[in-house]
Amino acid sequence: MAEQVKVLGSWGSPFSKRVELALKLKCVNYECIEQDLANKSQLLLDYNPVHKKIPVLIHNGKPIVESLVILEYIDETWRHNSIFPHDPYEKAMARFWAKFIDEKCNEGVWKIMWCKEEERGKLVEEVLQHFGTLEGQLKDKKFFGGEEIGMVDIAANFIGYWLGLVQEAIGMELVTRDKFPVLCRWMDEFVGHSVVKPILPPRDELLAIFKARFNATAWEY
Amino acid sequence: MANNNNGDVKLIGAWPSPFVMRPRIAFNIKSVEYEFLEEQFGSKSDLLLKSNPVHKKIPVLLHNDKPICESNIIVEYIDEVWSAGPSILPSDAHDRAVARFWAAYVDEKWFPNVRGALNASSEEAKNAAVGQLKEGMALLEGAYEEINKGKDFFGGEKIGFIDISFGSMLAWLRALQVMLGGVKLLDEEKTPGLCKWAAKFSADPAVKDVLPETDKIIEFAKLLVAKNKSAAASS
Repeated sequence: MAEQVKVLGSWGSPFSKRVELALKLKCVNYECIEQDLANKSQLLLDYNPVHKKIPVLIHNGKPIVESLVILEYIDETWRHNSIFPHDPYEKAMARFWAKFIDEKCNEGVWKIMWCKEEERGKLVEEVLQHFGTLEGQLKDKKFFGGEEIGMVDIAANFIGYWLGLVQEAIGMELVTRDKFPVLCRWMDEFVGHSVVKPILPPRDELLAIFKARFNATAWEY
Repeated sequence: MANNNNGDVKLIGAWPSPFVMRPRIAFNIKSVEYEFLEEQFGSKSDLLLKSNPVHKKIPVLLHNDKPICESNIIVEYIDEVWSAGPSILPSDAHDRAVARFWAAYVDEKWFPNVRGALNASSEEAKNAAVGQLKEGMALLEGAYEEINKGKDFFGGEKIGFIDISFGSMLAWLRALQVMLGGVKLLDEEKTPGLCKWAAKFSADPAVKDVLPETDKIIEFAKLLVAKNKSAAASS
């Protein structure tokens, strides 16, 4: 039976790109259906009625939603080129750090992007601590997954590429080479990876969007 | 306490925590004995701080001294390590994805409103949280009917991942209904499926000694709310 793999995604979304990256690493052919997030399609609303969000993976007509859940599904369905460790303990660690990245690092940056001036100092201090904790997991490894990209690297994709653009857009340096040399070294490896590089969204377009959104919100204050 | 080839199994937790109930239920399903290291209310042991330096939270599973944190991650670990026992996650990859989806929903969307309702400083905030909880119950009722394949549990004939994730919340859900003056979250008219499910889940041998009595949770909740209020006042 010919396999049907579709991704409801958005060109600029790191969550969308997580799914694409995993499929590419597994050499799985898929069709990406670009979604207009300001005007959500019936397809998206039908396949993700609870959250109405991208990404959605549709495999032979069945939807899977939530990017980290999708990554687990992809690894279990296409078993070659594993993105998860095989050992149950190492797998639990990978899940732990992926969750940490979403709940503490990404969420932390998101809060800073939209916070009031007076809240910023404390939020920055918190998120820098989280980045430090995450950096501690790399030690002297090339990737969080070891010699090759794994689940945690994929989960950290926002940090790997989007974070630099957000920092430029809001005029604030959070992760710098002098403060986080190991994490920055990982970022270079990540964006330079042969499978990652071709699917990264164009820098200038993404930067323009961040600047416009950030300035619009800042003006409201 | 070592048990045959299970290795050294310890669980750091506390009886009122729904998150701690999850691995306890999972261990019961797998018939794995473990040493329950109970934390004292209001303080965190050195062992906890050492085992979970990132979040400093319970539960923490110590398996041969290796710590595993985050309750749903612990349950998945238990399912994978003690694979000879009854399965907790479904075998089909799509069903597993659905199970993980709803477990994440309970934690990320539903449970924060329990906290919100308990700690609300205004009637308005409380009503908003209750509204969100009721919406969530409707969604979970729909999910239950769709997923259970006509059987008693989300997991089908036996307790599975979603049952554990959501079922562990039942003592607090029942306590909240009382504390909010008879608000119905489990509603015979609106959530008939979940009402039946809740009774079956609570009576299951793997669950009944783990899920506390509603009165005990109400007593504990009062202590917790008072503690939160004084912490907020002094910050």
